[in-house]
Amino acid sequence: MTQLTFARAINAGLRKSLENDSKVILLGEDIGALGGVFRVTDGLQKDFGTHRVVDTPLAESAIVGTAVGLAYRGYRPVVEIQFDGFIYPAFDQIVSQVAKLHYRTRGAVKMPITIRVPFGGGIGSPEHHSESPEAYFTHTSGLRVVTVANPQDAYTVIQQAIACNDPVLYFEPKRRYHDKGEVDENADPASALPMDKARVLTDGSDVTLVAYGPLVKTALDAASAAADEGISIEVIDLRSLAPVDYEPVVASVRKTGRLVVTHEAAQSGGLGAEVAASITERCFYHLEAAPVRVTGFDIPYPYSKLEMHHLPGLDRILDGVDRALGRPNSLSGLEG
Amino acid sequence: MSTDQTGHDGANTPQSAGSPGESGPEFLQLITPAGERISHPEFDFWVRDITDDQLCSLFEDMTVIRRIDVEATALQRQGELALWPPLLGQEAAQIGSGRSLRADDFVFSSYRENGVAYCRGVDLTDLLRVWRGNASGGWDPYSINMATPQIIIGAQTLHATGYAMGIQNDGADAVAVTYFGDGATSEGDVNEAMVFAASFQVPVVFFCTNNHWAISEPVRLQSHIQLADRATGFGIPSMRVDGNDVLAVMAATRLALDRARRGGGPTFIEAVSYRMGPHTTADDPTRYRDANELEDWAAKDPISRLAGLLERKGLLTAELQQQVKDKADTVAAQMRRGCTTMPDPSPMDIFKNVYSTPNSWLERQQDHYARYLASFVDPAGAVSEEGAR
Repeated sequence: MTQLTFARAINAGLRKSLENDSKVILLGEDIGALGGVFRVTDGLQKDFGTHRVVDTPLAESAIVGTAVGLAYRGYRPVVEIQFDGFIYPAFDQIVSQVAKLHYRTRGAVKMPITIRVPFGGGIGSPEHHSESPEAYFTHTSGLRVVTVANPQDAYTVIQQAIACNDPVLYFEPKRRYHDKGEVDENADPASALPMDKARVLTDGSDVTLVAYGPLVKTALDAASAAADEGISIEVIDLRSLAPVDYEPVVASVRKTGRLVVTHEAAQSGGLGAEVAASITERCFYHLEAAPVRVTGFDIPYPYSKLEMHHLPGLDRILDGVDRALGRPNSLSGLEG
Repeated sequence: MSTDQTGHDGANTPQSAGSPGESGPEFLQLITPAGERISHPEFDFWVRDITDDQLCSLFEDMTVIRRIDVEATALQRQGELALWPPLLGQEAAQIGSGRSLRADDFVFSSYRENGVAYCRGVDLTDLLRVWRGNASGGWDPYSINMATPQIIIGAQTLHATGYAMGIQNDGADAVAVTYFGDGATSEGDVNEAMVFAASFQVPVVFFCTNNHWAISEPVRLQSHIQLADRATGFGIPSMRVDGNDVLAVMAATRLALDRARRGGGPTFIEAVSYRMGPHTTADDPTRYRDANELEDWAAKDPISRLAGLLERKGLLTAELQQQVKDKADTVAAQMRRGCTTMPDPSPMDIFKNVYSTPNSWLERQQDHYARYLASFVDPAGAVSEEGAR
């Protein structure tokens, strides 16, 4: 076991994939000599060459669109979108091409493309650098969407994503890039928990708290604070956003009777709505209260001086827990 | 005709495409519209090996794909196909280029390149699958080294460029060839594809068929310069050829393929042609274009032009004409039979191939829908009409 930051863990995972499969090829802006703006690809071009780690012109649709052509040719491209807000120019290639080519060709053409997207806020950046666009992609059939919440997962899931024959959007919680954690670099990704499975992180009996990516840490902190007040929270890290692994969530809610979902993305049409609806369908007679969402607001990502108001923090999550429990909370007395 | 800055005419009247081509320098031509073979100091070299037999064969190919096109249009009118994009008038562009490719080259086309697919050896039933609503892609791309038709305008130019990056990595001498229209040159993807192709000097040929109309929008709305000149701005050598001249198209394509195979990077070909029919069978070109324009282009017809050359060479015998007609009729009948006897897909097929690995969301929906369908099973065990619907 070694202590690695998120960024180094992903780097190590990419290195493994490059070593193990000569068809793996990295594409993106500034990923070569610079090692990416977050240094996630640091040193890889030096070690694997400019044909395996390709610095591309600044054109996101082309980065994804040429990855499609490479996949046609039998390659397994790993694409870096420099920032979440830069993925929109590539949207058409992702949702109309990458997602649908397997279906369109009745399975003849595989699209084993991994699209790495640093996402989420909390780093004090200007516009277009802190977005959470995951719902656009979870809504598109043919794509798999995953995110990671600790360096070990960062290391193994990137390898699982690259090995997957389906296209995968791999969302990296950028405000956690420098957080450190234990990583077993000898862990075999094939025998690790599959990337489409959720993981129960704490055992709890009062409330089920579902989080993913950057908010998993916040959720764990909230559970710890709640425990001090005698509230027992079961925290679930979804890991996979499409498909969501509902089984552990269903089992948890049947036990706790209460569900809180939290994410940074805007509320309307977000993944929290999907989770709340699905759990309501499956656990209606076990629910003691309506599912609660604690999310970003339906606003453009705000300027950095105020971003912490937009991002769910520990206290907003605990307020949501109080709503689920029917305890006094910020909305007490408000009907509907 | 006066136009404003955007190229829109003030009045909503039928108009002329007013190609940026017609006022500029001539394009490459090896056969005149009257069917006269004219020599060209550079390009004759690229078709020097074409024998009389091969000329007859090109004539047959062009006639056959025109017949396929007529038959498919009829099938659409008879309700057998939902839609069809005719290639009438573009036979020389498609056969001249399609017949220049090697089996290991890979084609990424638009939706109108049915003649190119014919050159690749497509199963004729597969050609109709998409338009009959039977599948979202007609064939296995690897079976004929041609991607299934792309409907998003210009998206395929990036796929070809990426494929060419793969060829380059593999050290192979195959070429990726992408087909698109004049309208596509306005799309971001086509421009990004040219940036990547030039930057990495990959073996890709951009084959732009300037058929003068993007549905109702004339080419001058897309560009104030010749389309071929756009490529030079990206550092990509380009050629402007008479797209209704099968030998000129062949010469240009062969030159471009040869350059790519030798590591010379991308080439852009503008084949100047004309879409004689509607954009698709759902389109009505009389609303936006002048009948005189159609007449002008009919005089430049690619098939009658080659027939003229064959006649001058004494090759256009009654026997050849009968033979070609018979072949075309046979192929058309074969395609019609394939179309009308194509089995309908089964309801559960909609869930197939969304993913190559299991997806719990989809499996659940699939299971639930199967149970729903099964609920219509009558005591005899057959799924009722309603259930199958």
